[in-house]
Amino acid sequence: MILLELFWTFLKIGIFTFGGGYAMIALIQNELVVKREWLTTQEFTDILAVSQMTPGPVGINTATYAGYTAVMNQGGPAWEAIFGSLIASFAVILLPVLLMIVVFNYLSHHRDNPAIEAMFRVMRLAVVGLIAAAALVLLNGASFGTFGLNTQFVVSCLLFATVFYFSYRHKTNPILLIVASGVMGLIVYSL
Amino acid sequence: MYWQLFASFWKIGTFTIGGGYVMIPLMEKEVVERRKWLSQEEFLDQLALSQAMPGVFAVNMATAIGYRQGGWFGIVCAVAGNILMPIALILLLAIFFRHFRDNVIVERIFMGLRPAVVALIAAPVFNMAKRAQVSWRNVWIPVGSALLIWLLGVSPIWVILAAAAGGLLYGFLKGRKEGSR
Repeated sequence: MILLELFWTFLKIGIFTFGGGYAMIALIQNELVVKREWLTTQEFTDILAVSQMTPGPVGINTATYAGYTAVMNQGGPAWEAIFGSLIASFAVILLPVLLMIVVFNYLSHHRDNPAIEAMFRVMRLAVVGLIAAAALVLLNGASFGTFGLNTQFVVSCLLFATVFYFSYRHKTNPILLIVASGVMGLIVYSL
Repeated sequence: MYWQLFASFWKIGTFTIGGGYVMIPLMEKEVVERRKWLSQEEFLDQLALSQAMPGVFAVNMATAIGYRQGGWFGIVCAVAGNILMPIALILLLAIFFRHFRDNVIVERIFMGLRPAVVALIAAPVFNMAKRAQVSWRNVWIPVGSALLIWLLGVSPIWVILAAAAGGLLYGFLKGRKEGSR
């Protein structure tokens, strides 16, 4: 039953996402692309592009889109896919929301505990690795084309380097970078 | 008041592109300046807590503020307001792209987008490393985590669990050592 599996998968993704939407990318990738093969790497990258360009939290957007595509890829009907996207978004926020309430009521005064503090510090370090892994997994033929001296690979590398430079050095708005890359792709590959 | 919660978070969710952290300025304006639900200081406290907790950052903020103002139903209003429009929009786009994914123009655009998206994920790693205070002594933690996931296909869930357990143990032992001195 794919809807149930979606619910369980996104329940896990939600509760283990520490450090925002980017950390969630690594989890969704591992669960949906690597383990369950509900999405191809290429579809996953496309979902990320769309999720970052549309309004709202990236985590919600990615869950909605991934839930829909996963059901469609399994050959499910459209209504089931729409339902799947809603289930994914609901599941991803369910446990964190409940946890927030618990913490709000009982635990906020334990935050200065040195063990809890150390736990969050080490988790923040691991999350940096998580996000790096998400980027590393995507460095492949699905995103860059076949390795070698062909147009797509060279153009992809140039786009990667340019976007990386502007994002890292100048903190350029990601939406601008995504739109510009899309326009570049349309122009270069139409020549 | 429930309506205000819904309306404010509807605005915050609908008019910010690029994820939770982009929402902070608009959220502050709505919640602190306009509605005066929280003081500046309380807002920063809430921010720190929402960042430390698992899940979607913006939804955690909506939960905390909704709960403070209106209990359980307050949460429903704030969270629903925050995610309703994004979900509807994304669904429309998902259906749209499903139909047009074999279209040459759409494919060309995405061929340009894909390497850009990878770069957009890679770039913040280095800024995040600075914020997480990565040093020569602890750099093995992020590097090891990345390699385990990337090369060995270990689930990030195990990495997070191990980091949490390791951190707790480390903090506990260190606290005891300092206590015995």
